[in-house]
Amino acid sequence: MKKVKIHITLKEGVLDPQGKAVQGSLNTLGYQSVEEVRIGKYLELILADDANVEEQVEEMCKKLLANPVIENYQYTVEEGVTQ
Amino acid sequence: MLQALEVTPEVIEAEKHYREMGLTDEEYQSIVRILGRRPNFTETGIFSVMWSEHCSYKTSKPLLRKFPTEGPQVIQGPGEGAGIVDIGDGQAVAFKVESHNHPSAVEPYQGAATGVGGIIRDIFSMGARPIAVLNSLRFGQLTTGRVKYLFDEVVHGIAGYGNCVGVPTVGGEVQFDDCYEGNPLVNAMCVGLIDQKDIQKGIAAGLGNTVLYVGSKTGRDGIHGATFASEDLTEDSESKRSNVQVGDPFMEKLLIEACLEAINCDALVGMQDMGAAGLTSSASEMASKAGMGMEMNLDRIPQREDNMTAYEMMLSESQERMLLVVEKGREQEIISIFEKYDLEAVAVGKVTDDKQFRLLHNGDVVCDIPVDSLAEDAPVYHKPSKVPAYYEKFQAMPTYQPKVTDHELMLETLLAQPTIASKEYVYDQYDSMVQANTAVAPGSDAAVIRIRDYDKALAITTDCNSRYIYLDPEVGGQIAVAEAARNIVCSGAKPLALTDGLNFGNPDKPENFWQMEKSVDGMSSASLVLNTPVISGNVSLYNESNGQAIFPTPIVGMVGLHASVAHITPSFFRAEGDAIYLIGETNPEFGGSELQNVLEGEYFGKAPALDLQVEKERQDQLLAAIQAGIVQSAHDLAEGGLAVAVAESLFSSQGLGAIIEVSGDATTALYSETQSRFLVTVKPGDQAAFEEKVENAMMIGRVNATGKLQVKQNNDDLIHLAVTDLEARWKGAIPCLLKSKA
Amino acid sequence: MKFAVIVFPGSNCDRDMYHAAKDALGQEAELVWYQDATTLENYDAILLPGGFSYGDYLRCGAIASTSAMVKELRVQAEKGTPILGVCNGFQILLEAGLLPGALLRNKNLKFMCHHEGLIVKNNRTLFTTDYEQEEEISIPIAHGEGNYFCDPQTLEQLKANNQIVFTYSNNPNGSIEDIAGIINEQGNVLGMMPHPERATEDILGSADGLKLFTSMLKNWRESYVAGA
Repeated sequence: MKKVKIHITLKEGVLDPQGKAVQGSLNTLGYQSVEEVRIGKYLELILADDANVEEQVEEMCKKLLANPVIENYQYTVEEGVTQ
Repeated sequence: MLQALEVTPEVIEAEKHYREMGLTDEEYQSIVRILGRRPNFTETGIFSVMWSEHCSYKTSKPLLRKFPTEGPQVIQGPGEGAGIVDIGDGQAVAFKVESHNHPSAVEPYQGAATGVGGIIRDIFSMGARPIAVLNSLRFGQLTTGRVKYLFDEVVHGIAGYGNCVGVPTVGGEVQFDDCYEGNPLVNAMCVGLIDQKDIQKGIAAGLGNTVLYVGSKTGRDGIHGATFASEDLTEDSESKRSNVQVGDPFMEKLLIEACLEAINCDALVGMQDMGAAGLTSSASEMASKAGMGMEMNLDRIPQREDNMTAYEMMLSESQERMLLVVEKGREQEIISIFEKYDLEAVAVGKVTDDKQFRLLHNGDVVCDIPVDSLAEDAPVYHKPSKVPAYYEKFQAMPTYQPKVTDHELMLETLLAQPTIASKEYVYDQYDSMVQANTAVAPGSDAAVIRIRDYDKALAITTDCNSRYIYLDPEVGGQIAVAEAARNIVCSGAKPLALTDGLNFGNPDKPENFWQMEKSVDGMSSASLVLNTPVISGNVSLYNESNGQAIFPTPIVGMVGLHASVAHITPSFFRAEGDAIYLIGETNPEFGGSELQNVLEGEYFGKAPALDLQVEKERQDQLLAAIQAGIVQSAHDLAEGGLAVAVAESLFSSQGLGAIIEVSGDATTALYSETQSRFLVTVKPGDQAAFEEKVENAMMIGRVNATGKLQVKQNNDDLIHLAVTDLEARWKGAIPCLLKSKA
Repeated sequence: MKFAVIVFPGSNCDRDMYHAAKDALGQEAELVWYQDATTLENYDAILLPGGFSYGDYLRCGAIASTSAMVKELRVQAEKGTPILGVCNGFQILLEAGLLPGALLRNKNLKFMCHHEGLIVKNNRTLFTTDYEQEEEISIPIAHGEGNYFCDPQTLEQLKANNQIVFTYSNNPNGSIEDIAGIINEQGNVLGMMPHPERATEDILGSADGLKLFTSMLKNWRESYVAGA
């Protein structure tokens, strides 16, 4: 089986009020070095072995998992995973 | 953890493991007597949750018996998932209040969210469609980071759950006092509408009928939640986080629709929510109420985690689960309804006639106990009660008579007190309008929900001034009921019945038990005179942190009926030229008042007095005047007295102002919290008719278009301020406190 | 005129929409469970109600937008059937690509529910002819993710084609250009965050939403007469 790890993030230029709030809190806690926080999503998929994993994941991201209007996605595929 | 070691019955007894589950030595011995043998691990767990205060009311039962519970309007009194009252036209309303204090103290978002979910299930399990939720919340002062966090997360949790399930959150109250700092109160009330012919009961009737499990799978969450709720909160509670259940409002929404569809199918025999003590209480109560027994095969229970034990399954408090009993042979009719909503519905057992509660797991009988013993043989304790020293001291004090010199400053200060200040920050986060029936949204004395297709509406409120109850539990208890009824009447409705959320400290302390006893006495006498029987309720004890009890806080949730939507009356002033009346005389009564809080930072002395007969007469007269169509607005006088009531009445009335004249001691006239008083406006042409109908009504001023609140005594201006400035303080107070650094 | 109100798992304003069409407008309306109809051929207009379809999991409206029902919506949109999506219905239309842009969390990160002033920016759509151009109306909002976003080119197009139908008079959620509701180029698919169905009777605090439904009815009658 294959494990696919997908990171979905907001596109640059899309306001992330949640990230801003977290940044503010970190700053108040004394972490002045934090200049920006962007919050995204992380998904793990377990897929049966298949030749077209990359192609399928690409499609899944475009069709459902990410909204291309506001989000970017990245993924990695780990081979030979046992459940 | 308990589940790691499933010890033998002998070891449970020898090493007193039952104590870890919350049973006393005497309770354990009576279980041995009932069974004629030692209980095994699962059985001990089952007894411990069913005999916990949360499920058995073993401490409060002797007090609850004092409540008047009957009346021609009552269809279902205490004992079922919720009480039900008749509202005519073959319709009825089901309602109940429930606390989720301890879970909310530990994990405020999920604690509050699952509290809302649980009370909504109580309502639709009766067959009623939930039409309104209210929340009664108590916190410490909004000055520490922890309290701000609890406050924000509780509100988010209520919003997150309530908004998603599509039941409008229409009201409630939020109050702040030091005593709630370590032990906030989160009480939720739900109201449902039902046709009387559709009323369901949680009964497992009919030998051989099938027991269906529906909804979410069972996980290990919330195990021993019911016993947890019956212990004091300690520093250690943080580590009990795994006791807190996680809610899934989407699942709840599907359950609501599926269950309400299922009641239309006559294959359904009974239905009950798996609330506190989960599968154990729902299954055993359903069998017990029907005079039957039940056998379940736990292998069939849908499980979310591997290798769950019988003990874990029976005590899990996973949310969004229901237990149904359906006619044998017709299971598929019901299962199909749940399948439509993608919900699991699994036959897990059957109704038996031997009155035993029998559970099978992996081929073994893991529980075999007389089902009635769980509900009926629970011990009842008559705790000792003792008058607290503080009470005697307060009663002996001379009348507390403060003197305010700068009335403008005082009014501004009072309006910014968190308990008085606008709660818009809170209720704006709640969907108060879904279902499109909300005629009066949050922010008024009572919320009003119209009944579609009929010329009638429901008024709903929750109330409890715990400061008065602390000073004098009996009078304070009366006031809590009277104030709720006052709010209902001000909105133009006739009070019907109430539900109570009794929140107290540790009842093992005689002084605490005395507070319980006296407040129940007070609530009972007021319910009797005001004709608002107690039809359902909840008891939450051990509300203490680090040995300090909360103020006794028996919350009153009340529902009233508007005979016509034309009677719906706002609490704010409406038109220039209207006469302002104050109903009721004012005495210097400042014990437990907001003024005392501002000036002294503590509460002492006597609570305001209450004459129930006078209260009843005034409410009846005001309601008659409203029904005659001669009242423009009505607002009850509560925290902060007349000055605050007049200011609040101007806040929603764009551009209006008012001039009022006070006499006698100005501090008393403006801030005393004397009971049974109302602020009413009347059109000039209706004044004569109004004065004829309502005794004790003194005209104190008029509404004008100045946009200013002017309070005069003789020829002096005590207060002359722009309404917009006052409103800004009132609205800004809570957001401002939350923003300021702890 | 016959309205379909599409019900997804988790929709919660479906009955409100139904009553707006049926009781306030006095027309035929049916609740249609998302799996129960393969075609919406027999309806004159389609209403996508608010709520939390699929619990708002992943993104609001995302999961509903992959359903077979949404395929049928595309067919009807193409054919010119009037489609109104409110709140979660708007989110579904965006996720389905039937309208451009996306909705983000409100800028204050909180769910908010109250009446808002809206300005009618285009009263020549089949949903708005009963309003005056620039008329200010009061309609409730109730959402946590109503912050409309689109890229600059899309915004230019929306403006150029007059697709912005409603704006907020006091932007509550951070929406770009105060946008509260937009329509597709063809002019038959309207999405908006505020809830007109909650403002169809005075007892609810405002009846300003009713004109949206009366506009739909009037335009349907006219097109019916014209088409006959």
